[in-house]
Amino acid sequence: MTLARRIIPCLDVDAGRVVKGVEFASLRDMGDPEELAARYNREGADELILLDITASRDGRATFLETVRRVAQQLNIPFTAGGGIRRLEDGNAVLRAGADKVTVNTAAVERPELISELAAQFGSQAVVLSMDVKKTNAAWEVFIRGGAESSGRDAAAWAREGVARGAGEILLTSIDRDGTCSGFDCGLTAAIAAQVSVPVIASGGAKTFEDFLAVFGEGQADAALAASIFHTAEHSIGALKKYLAGRGVPVRLSR
Amino acid sequence: MKIFIIDYGAGNLPSVERALRSLGAETECVTRPEQVAAARALVLPGVGHFSAFVTGLRERNLTAALQHAIAGGIPVLGICLGLQAMFSASAEAPGEQGLDLIHENVQALPTNVKSPHIGWNQLRRLRKSILLREIPHDAYFYFAHSYAVAASQPHTAAACDHGFPFAAVLEQDNMMAVQFHPEKSGDAGWHVLRNFLEWAQ
Repeated sequence: MTLARRIIPCLDVDAGRVVKGVEFASLRDMGDPEELAARYNREGADELILLDITASRDGRATFLETVRRVAQQLNIPFTAGGGIRRLEDGNAVLRAGADKVTVNTAAVERPELISELAAQFGSQAVVLSMDVKKTNAAWEVFIRGGAESSGRDAAAWAREGVARGAGEILLTSIDRDGTCSGFDCGLTAAIAAQVSVPVIASGGAKTFEDFLAVFGEGQADAALAASIFHTAEHSIGALKKYLAGRGVPVRLSR
Repeated sequence: MKIFIIDYGAGNLPSVERALRSLGAETECVTRPEQVAAARALVLPGVGHFSAFVTGLRERNLTAALQHAIAGGIPVLGICLGLQAMFSASAEAPGEQGLDLIHENVQALPTNVKSPHIGWNQLRRLRKSILLREIPHDAYFYFAHSYAVAASQPHTAAACDHGFPFAAVLEQDNMMAVQFHPEKSGDAGWHVLRNFLEWAQ
């Protein structure tokens, strides 16, 4: 009996469509969020993450409608976020059917947001999302979709986020995102060693070996990927069978 | 059959509601004590903080009505925080009283394991279970919690281990409860809900 390592597909959405960028730029249409959500639920995904990547104020209603429609397709845990600035934004996403809310830029700018959300909805419902980039010899947290340095050290920010009540860390390597060069196992292991909560590794997944590495040397509790699942390059079922065959505890659907 | 779902103001009602309806049950959300009195089967769903749960029940005058109905023998299913609320008190909210249907306390997960315990885990069956009927023994269920009740006789039908053996499936007379989220646990989780509905008939 072991806690299974989780495989989490991520839907980046813009105006109601799933899109994919390379290194946080140049968007490409990848399909309908409801259809993809239903497929991943069927294929044995352990969770689904939906991110509003434009996160504009006027696109809010569209995003909440997408959350509502995607929630109807799932009987697995569902995290949503992007542009969550206030307690009310988090509440709206949870009321629309998400189980957890993820915060990023607004939490860096006002860390109390994490405490407020955790006090209201519980730590299990608050995921701190961090976009991290290597600068000189340090790992630094970037905000606004990776466009701007926050000046914060990644490990210190992870520790603060957890102390404020985040129940999970979604850790994205900006350097690896969309590059298909594998997860940043060094970064993931460094952050996992700093916090007492689960760490979800993100950015760079391409091959089955990448997942094996991030659960091994990367010490990740969960691994997130988008494009390799959207394009049906890999099925989640085949990936899990591969991992199970190499001793990684995963939930195999029958 | 009709399932009365307790709405204490901060739960994950929609997903529980949707699962029960998909399985053929009618549902009604309960915010008033007279609804509890009329119920023939109850579900207590819950996420978040123990004190939000018990305060929410108290503010809606639901505490005594629930204690009375459950002591009177009506089938009830507690989910996650709903399981914990059946106990006397919780380390999460010292000084707050739970429904006190089972005279034990809810504990924090030990500090030597990751907390919250978030993710899919398996169960260890301690005895024949109504809720787990016809579900494979190696099935996984989705957990998301930082507190738990120590597995013990007579209430624990199946335990899970995370730092210590805790009650994952509780079955005692008319009281059923699960520490995991059946509504979020894929097909195995929905099977648990179906077993509850059949038993509560």
